[in-house]
Amino acid sequence: MKELEVILDKNGLIVAFLLVGILTWATDVFSKKVLNGRIPGSALAIGLALVLGYLGGVFAEGEQGLADISYFKGLSILGGSMFRDFAIVATATGASFLLIRKSGMLGLVSLVLGIGLFFGFGVALGWLMGYRDAISLCTIGAGACTYIVGPVTGGAIGASSEVIALSIGTGVVKTIAVTILTPVLAKWIGLNSPGAAMAYGGIMGTSSGVAAGLAATDPSLVPYGAVTATFYTGLGCLICPSLFYLVLSSLLG
Amino acid sequence: MIKGLALLSFCFLAGMWCGALLGSWLGIDANVGGVGFAMAFLLFSKEYVTSKGGWNGEFAFGLDFWNKLYIPIVIAMAASLNVKSALSSGVLALLAGTLPVFLAFGVVKILLKQVNSEK
Repeated sequence: MKELEVILDKNGLIVAFLLVGILTWATDVFSKKVLNGRIPGSALAIGLALVLGYLGGVFAEGEQGLADISYFKGLSILGGSMFRDFAIVATATGASFLLIRKSGMLGLVSLVLGIGLFFGFGVALGWLMGYRDAISLCTIGAGACTYIVGPVTGGAIGASSEVIALSIGTGVVKTIAVTILTPVLAKWIGLNSPGAAMAYGGIMGTSSGVAAGLAATDPSLVPYGAVTATFYTGLGCLICPSLFYLVLSSLLG
Repeated sequence: MIKGLALLSFCFLAGMWCGALLGSWLGIDANVGGVGFAMAFLLFSKEYVTSKGGWNGEFAFGLDFWNKLYIPIVIAMAASLNVKSALSSGVLALLAGTLPVFLAFGVVKILLKQVNSEK
């Protein structure tokens, strides 16, 4: 047994391939046999992975979900930002440049709408919860955009570490909510074309949530959603600590 | 196969570089749209390589493999998210993380309806 433990420990990434493969196979079978294909296997697999991430957090008391259990540490390599971004770029081979250009204006409108909506809502909820200073409110609003915009904004304007942690938590909750809700609500909002996916990516903005949600809905839409979502975090980091902060602090005197 | 993979890697690195440059030019410590630039480079490269007749099965396989590995990567990512702390970081995080998402789905619906009726 000791030999096996050493092998598993040394080859984390390979173990991650095996784990994800088993999970995908099991959820595919479950989706086809038990649910008659009503929920796609990939949506089930992503949902189950979130549950495993929660359990990993409970048992290992770390910050990386299941990847904090040493045998499963390869999951954080396979699911890390390098492979994620690399694979998202590879999905562009299935995208059409013409379609992206046609939806360019819609993408821009949705980006501005999306950042304004999430920031405004975050600030309003922060206000209701008793925060009154512009720095904390701005950081919480930025966290409602994504878990990267939150700490970048908080760091830039000098928020307390407690508020920054809160903004990261908010952003992670948003990612999870988008991941779970997208395949459920896709039909209702009419998410069925490249243009629609671009508008959706621009409004939701969390690139991991958008990518996972679209993958579970219709993998061919992933590149279109990703192309706008990738600009959301950058734009958010740009305007939350500057324009939005100035507006907030002038409103609060 | 490795030629396709090398092209993908080149586009990826070039795009990330552009994103980092744009980020520092705007004065923020973040990669602005690096993935988007990389995708644009890849789309242009695909046009070019196809026009030269180089986009054959073996070449495309290097890219297609990563395209298909995308969902497994997302699954691994979901399993390594800090789900527990997200759930335990308080009522405000839960509310501010979920309520606007519902609203945003509504906005997407309205926006798409507008666009479709204009056509």
